[in-house]
Amino acid sequence: MATHIDRDRLQELVEAGAQLIEVLPAREYEEDHLPGARSIPLKSLDRNALASLDPKRPIIVYCWDIA
Amino acid sequence: MSPRAAARLETLGRTDVYEYQAGKLDWMAAGLPTEGTNATRPRAGTVARTDVPTASLSERVGDVRDRVRAAGWEAAVVIDPQRVVLGFLGAKELEKDGELTVEVAMKPAPSTFRPYVPIKEVADFLVKHDFQSSPITTSDGKLVGLVLRSDAVREAEGCPDCVRSMI
Repeated sequence: MATHIDRDRLQELVEAGAQLIEVLPAREYEEDHLPGARSIPLKSLDRNALASLDPKRPIIVYCWDIA
Repeated sequence: MSPRAAARLETLGRTDVYEYQAGKLDWMAAGLPTEGTNATRPRAGTVARTDVPTASLSERVGDVRDRVRAAGWEAAVVIDPQRVVLGFLGAKELEKDGELTVEVAMKPAPSTFRPYVPIKEVADFLVKHDFQSSPITTSDGKLVGLVLRSDAVREAEGCPDCVRSMI
C-alpha cells in the first residue's frame, strides 16, 4: 500500500529525486500543476505509461484532494 | 483519484509509490507556486498586500490606531503568535475608544480567501458585500496579506476571464 505523505515530505522527496505525477485529467494539469510534475491521467495509467517513468526513482501521485 | 492511481501503480509492480492525499488543493491553499496556464494570472495571494499592519488581542486600540495610521493604513489584521487570523480592525473599529483592547474592539472571524482564488472572484465578492478588503489566509488559517477592494477590482478588470473552472 502506498505511503501517505504531507506537503513537507513531498518537497523532501522531490528534492531527493522522486517523480511527481498528477493523475487528474490533462486539462486540469494544463491550468495548474505542482512545479515539475508530469501529467499521467488516471485513465492513461497503464504499462506503457509506467514504462515512461524512471524505474529507479520513487513515484509520488496526487490529484485535487483526498477524494 | 490518487488512491486508485497508487493502487494501479502497485499492481503494475512498483513498490516505491507515495501518495500526496491532500493534493493540489492543499498545495495551492498554502500559497505555494504552481505551473500552468493559470499560474501567472492574478490571484488573491499575488494581489494581497503583505505589509498590512497586524495587532494582537491584548493591545490597546489607541496604540494600534497610532501605529497603523503612521504606516499609512486604515486597517489591521488581528493575529495570534502563529499568525493565525483572529479578527479584523477596519476604519470603524479603529475609531473606537482607544482604551479598549483589540479583543473587545475587533470584528471577529472575518471572511477570508485562500491565495489561489482568482482575483475576479475576490473582487466580485467584495463589491457584492460592500467590503473594503479581505484577509488572505493559508489552509491552516495563517495570514498571507490583505486584498484591498480597489486593488482587486483593478486587477479583475484586466483579467475578466480569471475564474476557476476546476475548483
